[in-house]
Amino acid sequence: MILAATVTRPSFTGALFAGSALPVAIIVLIVLVVWYVAAIPMNAVLSQPLIDQAGGGLANTLSISWSLPRPVLPAPHQVMAELWNTVFTVAPWRPRSLLYHCWVTLSSTLLGFMLGTILGVALAIAIVHVKALNRSLMPWIIASQTIPILAIAPMIIVVLGSIGLTGLVPKSLISMYLCFFPVTIGMVKGLTSPDPMQLDLMRTYNADASQVLWKLRWPASVPFLFTSLKVAIAIALVGAIVGELPTGAQAGIGARLLNGSYYGQTQQIWAALVAAAVMSSGLVWLVGFIERQVARAMGAKP
Amino acid sequence: MAAASVIEARELSLTFETADGPVYALSKVNLTVHDGDFVSFIGPSGCGKTTLLRVIADLEQASEGAITVNGMTPEEARRQRAYGYVFQAPALYPWRTIERNVALPLEIMGFGATERAERIARNLDLVNLRGFEKKFPWQLSGGMQQRVSIARALAFDPKLMLMDEPFGALDEIVRDKLNQQLLELWARTRKTVVFVTHSIPEAVFLSNRIVVMSPRPGRIIDVIETNFPKDRTLDIRETPEFLKVAHRVREGLRQGHSYED
Ligand SMILES: Nc1ncnc2c1ncn2[C@@H]1O[C@H](COP(=O)(O)OP(=O)(O)O)[C@@H](O)[C@H]1O
Ligand SMILES: [Mg+2]
Repeated sequence: MILAATVTRPSFTGALFAGSALPVAIIVLIVLVVWYVAAIPMNAVLSQPLIDQAGGGLANTLSISWSLPRPVLPAPHQVMAELWNTVFTVAPWRPRSLLYHCWVTLSSTLLGFMLGTILGVALAIAIVHVKALNRSLMPWIIASQTIPILAIAPMIIVVLGSIGLTGLVPKSLISMYLCFFPVTIGMVKGLTSPDPMQLDLMRTYNADASQVLWKLRWPASVPFLFTSLKVAIAIALVGAIVGELPTGAQAGIGARLLNGSYYGQTQQIWAALVAAAVMSSGLVWLVGFIERQVARAMGAKP
Repeated sequence: MAAASVIEARELSLTFETADGPVYALSKVNLTVHDGDFVSFIGPSGCGKTTLLRVIADLEQASEGAITVNGMTPEEARRQRAYGYVFQAPALYPWRTIERNVALPLEIMGFGATERAERIARNLDLVNLRGFEKKFPWQLSGGMQQRVSIARALAFDPKLMLMDEPFGALDEIVRDKLNQQLLELWARTRKTVVFVTHSIPEAVFLSNRIVVMSPRPGRIIDVIETNFPKDRTLDIRETPEFLKVAHRVREGLRQGHSYED
């Protein structure tokens, strides 16, 4: 059904209600049921004494397991309540607001994404044009990604902090560090994607390297660029959150996660996770949206 | 004095070194193309027609022998943008509209915007593609795309046109029409054309000299001069003189093939 929906391209609402809505609804339902059921045994340590006190029974078990103030696993409606309270009942510029924290993380995500994209594209252009760089630079680029980011994030934060750089920039640098990689890999592939005939054509015109780059390699690489950017923006968000963890940052999704776990506020953790997931899919969707506009301007077959 | 020679090849050989050993693509090719000639290379596929054209265009380097284009090395000639090359496939850039595809060489060679617009219009006119300026390549048929690629090669007005089976993938009706148009263009502009084909009627109809090649190693086995009027039409294909030339080409090709089948 999903396949049919994408092939025939019905209207957005049409797709929502006719094509994919039912399967999606079923999956969501299954997740919710499993979640609610799992909350009962997982919260048993805390809830069992209270249930016994109340005299046991199914009704008590359910109502108490799903409404603990500091549950191990909060029930979905508790997470929803936390989201509601921190999004709609507080002004967005107050530190109590989840939106405020989202913005803090989002701003370093976007800065890191931008820097990472520029670095990634620059490296790819260099690698494609200078044969020696391909062999000398590539191993380092790959090695850079084998180092666990959790291990070096604190070092980056501390080192930059010691020279007076705190807040946005160090976090962005971690995002950049993570997200330049898929851009470089994708763009090396994209910049070398023109077929020999398209390149020979440039040669017959005696075009110079920069003309070949801007009139052939670059436009040919655009589909590869967007594929990379979708991966890059998602991991830029992960990088920003990771960058907020080691410093005990005051704000951001990472700070909410850390705070929540210090004080056993699992609803807060889950709400932050939901916020991160929503932001991440929103960003990926946005890149995809821009991709479609660009593809149309570049004459892609609809 | 005879017309100046545009292309001079002497004892030209080219061997591709491949993983499975050497491939002898060209062997001791001698060829002279004069200013204003329409020369066709004809031969079975794999006989080195494309390779020879690519050597002239400096897209491939000969292993032995000498070749000059406009009295220079092919590289110097290429740097001076001496020729327009039409590939076997249209090789249009899919993200450019038709007019911007034709504009590509003009942009690279630094023509101004008004000059570009004028040349785009003139050359799209020439290949009967007015009204398709804003279309993208995929919106055009194969024949139309190949005509765009011809307009693109003509756009910067090179004196020499190198055309590698430009109509090879087209059906016969379209092909006939394009042959007629190409001939008229040649008669009108006095360009020198080097044309690769494996169609005998096409070669005989278009050329004033036909170079018959044999495969492995690619050699020239016959050079046939024709003497049809410049304003000939497709009807001459029924005339005895035409059939005589076609017969001689076919004989040449058969000779070249005698080593097998
Ligand atoms: N780049 C190359 N490397 C190795 N062999 C090649 C290369 N280009 C062409 N050849 C070989 O050279 C011979 C002549 O090829 P080509 O000039 O394309 O023939 P034609 O255009 O007459 O069909 C063929 O056997 C082909 O396989
Ligand atoms: Mg060929």
